[in-house]
Amino acid sequence: MLIFEHTSPGRKNIAQSPVVESEINDIPAELRRKTSAPLPELSELQVVRHYTSLSQKNFSIDTHFYPLGSCTMKYNPRACNSLAMLPGFLSRHPLAPEKFSQGFMSCMYELQEMLCEVTGMSGFSLTPMAGAQGEFAGVAMMRAYHDANNDTERKEILVPDAAHGTNPATATMCGYTVKEIPTLANGDVDIDALKQSVGPQTAGLMLTNPSTLGVFERNIEEIARTIHEAGGLLYYDGANLNAILGKIRPGDMGFDVIHSNLHKTFSTPHGGGGPGSGAIGVSKRLKPFMPLPVVAKENDNYRWLTEDDCPQSIGRLSAFMGNAGVLLRAYVYMRLLGKEGMQRVGEFATLNANYMMAQLKNKGFEIAIPDRRASHEFIVTLKKQAKELNVTAMDFAKRLLDLGYHAPTTYFPLLIPECLLIEPTETESREALDGFIDALLQIQSESENDSAFVKGAPYTMPVKRLDEVRAAKQLDLSWVNQSS
Amino acid sequence: MPFIPHTEDEIRDMLSVIGADSIDQLFDEIPAHLRAQSIDGVPDGMNEMEVSRLMNARAKQDGQPICFMGAGAYEHHIPAAVWQITTRGEYYTAYTPYQAEASQGTLQLIYEFQSMMTALTAMDVSNASLYDGASALSEAVLMAVRGNRKSKSRRILLPTNVNPVYGSASRSIVQHQNIELVDVAIDETTGQTSMDALKAYEGEDITAVVISQPTFFGTLEQVDAITDWAHANGAMVIAVVNPMSLALLKPPGEWGEKGADIACGDGQPLGAPMSSGGPYYGFMCCQKAHVRQMPGRIVGRTVDQDGKEGFVLTLQAREQHIRRSKATSNICTNQGLVVTASTIYMSLLGPSGLEKVAAACHQNTNKLIAKLSAIDGVDVLFDGAVFHEVVLKLNKPVAEVLAKLADKNILGGYDLSKDYPQLGNALLVCVTEMRTDEEIDDYAAELKKILSANER
Repeated sequence: MLIFEHTSPGRKNIAQSPVVESEINDIPAELRRKTSAPLPELSELQVVRHYTSLSQKNFSIDTHFYPLGSCTMKYNPRACNSLAMLPGFLSRHPLAPEKFSQGFMSCMYELQEMLCEVTGMSGFSLTPMAGAQGEFAGVAMMRAYHDANNDTERKEILVPDAAHGTNPATATMCGYTVKEIPTLANGDVDIDALKQSVGPQTAGLMLTNPSTLGVFERNIEEIARTIHEAGGLLYYDGANLNAILGKIRPGDMGFDVIHSNLHKTFSTPHGGGGPGSGAIGVSKRLKPFMPLPVVAKENDNYRWLTEDDCPQSIGRLSAFMGNAGVLLRAYVYMRLLGKEGMQRVGEFATLNANYMMAQLKNKGFEIAIPDRRASHEFIVTLKKQAKELNVTAMDFAKRLLDLGYHAPTTYFPLLIPECLLIEPTETESREALDGFIDALLQIQSESENDSAFVKGAPYTMPVKRLDEVRAAKQLDLSWVNQSS
Repeated sequence: MPFIPHTEDEIRDMLSVIGADSIDQLFDEIPAHLRAQSIDGVPDGMNEMEVSRLMNARAKQDGQPICFMGAGAYEHHIPAAVWQITTRGEYYTAYTPYQAEASQGTLQLIYEFQSMMTALTAMDVSNASLYDGASALSEAVLMAVRGNRKSKSRRILLPTNVNPVYGSASRSIVQHQNIELVDVAIDETTGQTSMDALKAYEGEDITAVVISQPTFFGTLEQVDAITDWAHANGAMVIAVVNPMSLALLKPPGEWGEKGADIACGDGQPLGAPMSSGGPYYGFMCCQKAHVRQMPGRIVGRTVDQDGKEGFVLTLQAREQHIRRSKATSNICTNQGLVVTASTIYMSLLGPSGLEKVAAACHQNTNKLIAKLSAIDGVDVLFDGAVFHEVVLKLNKPVAEVLAKLADKNILGGYDLSKDYPQLGNALLVCVTEMRTDEEIDDYAAELKKILSANER
C-alpha cells in the first residue's frame, strides 16, 4: 500500500509543528498557494511503520551477499556513518567562514592528500558528486588543457567498446565525438586498432583498468605511450580501482586524470543509488584546471582555493563542495584502514574473485576469459545454458534472489553474451563465497531438471517478475496525478 | 586487517584451489616494474576508538555558531525518525534498484517521493532526483534545449537574482554544447527580474527563461507575468524553487496561464542537514509532454505476472547505459539516500506541518527585519515581501561586520559584495523556524553595537 493510501484527512503530527503566532498577510494573494499540497496526512507511528516495513522489501549489503560486478558492494563500516553525522559536522553551514571550519577542512585536506598518495596523482579535487560528474570534470579538464595550448583541432575521444555507458555519454557532454576501440578475445585493448585510430584529432583515451571484463590491461604502458606521442591525454575511470588499491597506482601507469568512485573503493554507502562521490585526481600538468573548491594548507591554517587562486579552473560543478558528508565517510574509512589496510584491499578483493572463478570453473561453469587472472571480478557466460536449456542469465539472476543472494551484474559488459559479472569484494568470508557457488550449482541442476521452474523465478520476493513494457507504455509516475 | 575476515588457513586453502603460491602471484600479469609503489604517505591505521576520538575533536573544533545564513542551504528542524530510518542498512547499503523484485522498498519509496514532489510543485511528473540544486538547473537548461523544438538559438535568459553559483555551475556544465546563458538585469528597487530588461528580447529566438522563486535575495518574483511573457515569446519556463516555500507560495505548475515547463531546485530544506554542503539532492519536475527529455532515473508503477502492484525503473531508453553517446545525460545515479530522508520528512510533516514550518520561517524573518530596520545604519535594500531571507544594506563593510558577529558566535549571513559589487555593503540574512526570539534579539543587539561603534 502506498503511504498516500494510509492518509486520514485532517490528521496532524503535532510534535513536528512549530508555533505560528499569526496569519500571513504581507504576501500578495496572487503569489500564494490556494490549496494545500496533497501530501499524506499520518501519525508519526504510521510513517515510521510504513518506511520500516518498506525497507524490509530491499536486499542490501547489511542483509545479503551482493556481488554486483563493477559496483564494489563491500561492507560499509558503521563508524563511518556515525562519525560523519556528529552534530558539529551536520550543523556546519557550507559557507561558514574558515574560522568555523578548520576541523572539517583538515579532514578534507588530508583526504585529498591520501587520495593523491594511493593513486599516484599530484592533485585531487573532491567536488564531483558522482562517478559520472567526475568523468565530466576529467574530460572537461582535458579539453581545457588542449584549449590552453591552442590545440583546438582535437575533437575525438577514444573509448574501448567494453567501457561503461557513462564514458561515451560524458565525452558527448564535453563536445567531443566518440570513437570506439575494439577489444581482443583475451580482454586486452586491440593495440593495432588503437594505433590506427590515434592521430592529431585525438583529445584522449578513456580507459578502465582493470577493465570491465575483469582483467588487467597488460599493454597499458604501450597504450599510454601511443596516446601521449599523439599529443592526447589518458583518462582513468576509477570504477575498478578496488582491484589494485595499494598494488599499483594509476599515476605510475601514465594516466593524466582519474576519477575515483569513493562509494566503491572507499566504502561510502550506495544509499539505494547515491549519493556517491567521484573525486578526481590529476597529474601535474592538469593541476591548474581542477574544479573548485579545493582545500589548501598554509602555516597550519586551511583555506579554500578560489577562482582568484586558480584562474584556469574549469569552475564549479555544485552549489557548494559536493557531497561533503560522503567525503567525511571516505575519510574515516581511510583512517581506519591506514596504509597497510589499504594494501590488503586489492589483495583480498583479488583473492576472493580468483577463488570463486577457480571453483566455478572446476564445477563446469564457462568463464568468459578463462586463461587470465581475474582482477577483483570475473565473468561467467551462460550462453550454453541459454542455448541448450533455454535458461538465461536473467533467469539465473532471478532465481538467485530466491536463494538469498543479490544477483551479479547481468548483460554487462555488452561484449559477452548471457553474462554474469561477479565481484565478491574483500570483505566477504569464504563461507559467503561458497554459499553463492552452491546456489549457482543448485540453479544449474534445477535448470537441467525443470527449466520452466527457473524461468518462473523469483517466488519468494514481494513481487514476481514485473511488466516493464506496461510500465513504459502506460506511464504511471505519480500517485497524485493518477487520482486526480 | 580491518573488515577482512580471512584466516591464515582459509587463505592457504583458497590459494591452493586457485593453484597459486601466494596472493602476490595473483598480480603477475601486471608489469613488475609498475608494482609495489610505496604509499608511505598514508598514515597507519587506527582502531574505531581512536578514529572516533579524532573525529569528535574535529567536529567540536568547528563550534556551532547561531546560524542566520542561508544563500542556498537552510537550517531546519529534522525529526529524529528521519535519519534513524534512513540509515537502516536496508536503505543505506542497497544499490540502484536494478533487480526490481529485490528492491521494492527503494522503488516504492522513490515512486512516493515523485508523487510528493508533483504534489508540492503541481507539475505532472518528477524524476528520482539529481545531484543538487545547481546541477538540477544545468540539467534543466540542457533539457529545455532538447525540449523546445521550435527554438534554434540555444539561448537561455538567466536573471541575476538566481543563485549566482547555480549560474556559474551551469555554465561550467553546459559550456561545451554551444549554449548561451544570458544575464537579465534586476529591478533595483524590488530585486525582481526587470520586465523592461526582459522585453528587450521580445521577438528574438529564446529557448527558455529561468525564474527563481523566491529569488536569491529572498524577494518574490511576479511569476505569472514572466511565465506568460516567456510562453508568448516561444520560450520554455524553468522554475528554480525552494521546495519549503511551496507550502505557502503558488506552485510552478500554476504559474501564469500554462504553468512552468520544468521545475527544479535543491531538496535540502526537506530533511537534509546543512552538512557542509552535501549530500543534498536536486529535484526536477516537468509537464508530461517533456517526460522523455527528462534526465535521471524515473520509477513507474506497474504489475507483476500475477497482476500484483509493483515498481520498476522505467523509460530507461533515455539513459547512458542504453544510449551511450546519445543519452539525454551522463547521469547514472541519483541521491537516493537523501531522497529517502526527504520522503520520510514530508510524510512526517504532512501538508499542515510543512505550512507551519514555512510560516514560522517567514514570521521569524519579519521579526528580525522589524528589529534590524530600527537600527541606525541598516536599511532593507528591496521593497516588497520576502520568504525567509532579506538583503540588508549596512553602513559598514559587510566582511568587517560579519567577523565581529562571528566573535559573538553568530553566523550573521552571506556577504553579497563579491557576487554583487553594485549593491554596496549588502548582507543576505536568513531566519528559519529554528531561531528563537532570544536569538533574534541577540543578533539585533550585537549588530547595533557593531554598527554604532565609532572606530574610524
